[in-house]
Amino acid sequence: MEKEVARESVLDGYAPKTYKKRREHIVTVDSPLETPQEILANVRTLPGMLTHRGCCYAGCKGVVLGPIKDACTIVHGPIGCSFYTWGTRRHKGRSEDESQQNFIPYCFSTDMQEGDIVFGGEKKLRAAISEAVELFHPKLIFICSTCPVGLIGDDINAVAEWTRTEYGIEAVAFACEGYKGVSQSAGHHIANNQLIKRIIGTGDIQPTATHSVNLLGEYNIGGDGWETERLLKRCGIEILAVLTGDGSYERIASSNNADLNLVQCHRSISYIAEMMHVQYGTDWLKVNFVGITSTIKSLREIAIYFDDPALTARVEEVIVDEMASIADEYDYYKERLTGKTAAMYVGGSRSHHYQGLLRDFGVDTVLAGYEFAHRDDYEGREIIPDIKTDADSKNIETLDVAPIDGKYRVRFTKSAYENLKEKIEGLDYYAGLMKEMDKGSVVVDDLNHYETEEFIRLLEPDIFYSGIKDKYVVQKGGTVSRQLHSYDYQGPYAGFKGAINFAHDTLMSLTTPAWKLVVPPWRHESVLEGTVGGDL
Amino acid sequence: MLDLTPRDGVAQRHALVINPAKTCQPVGAVYAALGVHRCMPHSHGSQGCVAFHRMYLTRHFKEPAMASTSAFTEGASVFGGGANLKTAIRNVFDLYDPDVMAIHTTCLSETIGDDLHSYLSDIEVPEGKHVIYCSTPSYVGSHIWGFASMTEGFVKQAAQKSGVATGRLALFPGFVNPGDMREYKRLMGQFGIRYTMLPDTSGVFDAPMTGTFELYPKGGTRFEDIVRLGDAAHSIALGEAASERPASQLQRDHRVSSEVMGLPIGVVATDVFVSALSRFSGEPVPYAIEEERGQVVDIMLDAQQYFKSRRVAIYGDPDTVLGIASLCLELGMVPSMMVTGSPMPTFQARASALLDGYGLADQCWAQDKADLFELHQRIIQGPVDLLVGGTHGKQIARAEDIPFVRAGFPIMDRYVHSYMPLVGYRGAMRLIELMSNALMDRQDRDCSDEDFEMVM
Repeated sequence: MEKEVARESVLDGYAPKTYKKRREHIVTVDSPLETPQEILANVRTLPGMLTHRGCCYAGCKGVVLGPIKDACTIVHGPIGCSFYTWGTRRHKGRSEDESQQNFIPYCFSTDMQEGDIVFGGEKKLRAAISEAVELFHPKLIFICSTCPVGLIGDDINAVAEWTRTEYGIEAVAFACEGYKGVSQSAGHHIANNQLIKRIIGTGDIQPTATHSVNLLGEYNIGGDGWETERLLKRCGIEILAVLTGDGSYERIASSNNADLNLVQCHRSISYIAEMMHVQYGTDWLKVNFVGITSTIKSLREIAIYFDDPALTARVEEVIVDEMASIADEYDYYKERLTGKTAAMYVGGSRSHHYQGLLRDFGVDTVLAGYEFAHRDDYEGREIIPDIKTDADSKNIETLDVAPIDGKYRVRFTKSAYENLKEKIEGLDYYAGLMKEMDKGSVVVDDLNHYETEEFIRLLEPDIFYSGIKDKYVVQKGGTVSRQLHSYDYQGPYAGFKGAINFAHDTLMSLTTPAWKLVVPPWRHESVLEGTVGGDL
Repeated sequence: MLDLTPRDGVAQRHALVINPAKTCQPVGAVYAALGVHRCMPHSHGSQGCVAFHRMYLTRHFKEPAMASTSAFTEGASVFGGGANLKTAIRNVFDLYDPDVMAIHTTCLSETIGDDLHSYLSDIEVPEGKHVIYCSTPSYVGSHIWGFASMTEGFVKQAAQKSGVATGRLALFPGFVNPGDMREYKRLMGQFGIRYTMLPDTSGVFDAPMTGTFELYPKGGTRFEDIVRLGDAAHSIALGEAASERPASQLQRDHRVSSEVMGLPIGVVATDVFVSALSRFSGEPVPYAIEEERGQVVDIMLDAQQYFKSRRVAIYGDPDTVLGIASLCLELGMVPSMMVTGSPMPTFQARASALLDGYGLADQCWAQDKADLFELHQRIIQGPVDLLVGGTHGKQIARAEDIPFVRAGFPIMDRYVHSYMPLVGYRGAMRLIELMSNALMDRQDRDCSDEDFEMVM
């Protein structure tokens, strides 16, 4: 179906009030490069829509803090929120040596009871911290609060301060109550702020290689971060810290000592990239190690940034070698996937990144949407000055940072930097999702259940990529669906080898034999045998 | 795995829960509500709550779990969620057209004191549609309590007494899987009993693949049947923690007699249930059921040497843990550790009563409001031969290299389990197979070549 017609048809299903609210969240891409199009994003979800969005706590504890393996993260609140983020996101982590603690298999909660809500929970939180210290002797404690804590006014910052004084260890409080902001995004911001305030810039690890980077917004889902690290190491680039997949306290604390920040997921970590730029002079480069074309582009842009002939040569060697190693499989999958169409609804950057990977295999994306993005994630960073902050977002603190004496490093003169920016698209910039999408494709912000069902019916994509809440809805409806948050427990999907894994899994899902069994044979033809009356 | 857990004792803790064996009320409320036909569960709180609950149920059942939310922002948290609820009710009926919305609260809406009863008296519900609500603050009870809260809410607000007896049995199934619910229905069917089971998630969380997504699958208790519960002849509540409250509510409101019994897991508990069905129906136990029972006992005798005196640690929901412990005792095993995270004041007494019957009370430890960290520390101190419970125990099983059987909620890392019963004689047979396979696979793995048995 013509996509604009599909858009109208979906919107027409709404009552007038809802129509008005949802209309600007759904855009049919015009001519993306010529006319900038505006989309409404990062505003509150309408009650009762069956949204797939999560909350501030999920963004802070679940996404950004969860992967930091040597932090003992205590969730202050009733039991559920801690329980739901225990092992449910595939941010893999392993200790670097015997002495490094790995708390990833653990779940800590103050399990607040009615009395704690009535009389305050600070005392219980302190007791919980004392018990954790006695049992584990962690170097770092994170405190994450859930909804009731903010409402009853427990001062978790005071408890963090007390922990530092009482036990001489680092402790950071994250007031990430679920009702803050409009989605997970608020939680990313709160996590970013506290890491900047208390952790980054306090470490002593120095890079040993000529060129060093941090990898920001890589959560090591299914081992993506490790695959990216393998590639960068092959090129001779050292990763000092990953924020935060398989990340550690000491490395994140020392991340200001790296030469450059590579930003994989911009939405969840762009605040840190920006603030480190101001405080430490660290430039950031938007990279994308999902997809073959994107990975090559990212590696080359890193080489341009460092402007080292040896590195440039090595990067080209690695690209040739990696491409050779996947060549046969690449051709095999491309031949079989070309011409398919996809729709996807993921977080705040994957719906963009995976379009490139699909394009590598000849698959077009007919619909894409983000769960918790802001307008710039759709339209590009250039529109940031035009974004009006509403009341829900104003409540999330924006830190006012300044260069830090003795730690701020000037990398380039202003003109050299401007010069470099012309050569590197991703330097302090991302283009957003819409510019690369084909004319006529549909972009939806905060896609809800009704819209998912309708768009799939109207656009008939061959495959839908999303999360656990909609996966089985779509699959039950007869459309192939795969999870792009958890990769359906496969992966990694990053880099060259990851691209092949992804193509393998996609083809597997399209062709698994059970699809042919959905309709029983007796629905096609009668299995009853008998004689027609009189026919003897 | 779990390398940071101290191995030198069992730590005393009062404030910090580590690796919980329970979760919060609302997820239980959502599960119960989805067992009502054409019902949309609704979470009155931040949208993150229901996102987690849908995620969790979906991961356990590998099926869609639909539920809506009031999507609180900071403003709603300050000024109250009345306006959000009003919009939500309008949108849900408008867009998704359920017959009934089942609203539960969260720690957020409870802490700010949102009063659903007064909100709802001011909100218009479309003609012929229904709204049921219950209070499920996450800081009270657990998911089991929340399941009971929602079921009780349906009984309290929907059930009526018309005076025309239905002759039906009201069955409260406990927090169990669709496979268990089908097993109850099969057993009741064999007695020719007419029943209303509330909730009934069979046909919802085990709906077949047809190529068409049904927002409201064929399964679930019919609302009109819930209304008529007030005219039921009798009620049976399976599982004290999950089912006692709705049964009492029905008794209080409409004088429907009730009996509360443990989940029918194992031969003895199933005998109790089957006998109750026989009494209710006035029919003798049919041969087909007696045959199944005899088969299970036959297997128990055949395989006894693989179970005798083996120490088993069982954790999970209180009713399920007690049920599995009962079966383990019947097999000659020693349920040396029984743990639930949920609060249940009678848990230890129930456990002791079971153990006393086998003279094992002094050899076993049973505890409610406990967690898996404590279970792990205790296992380090006093090893067990088998671990039975939900997915999270796999960490302990790996750390201590213990044979592991998944049973209960949640099981997020295996398929098929929710289709198969743990209850009834069939369920007992299945559990015996799972447990004997785990124990015997371990014997096969660990024994020396010369002890490797071809026949076992």
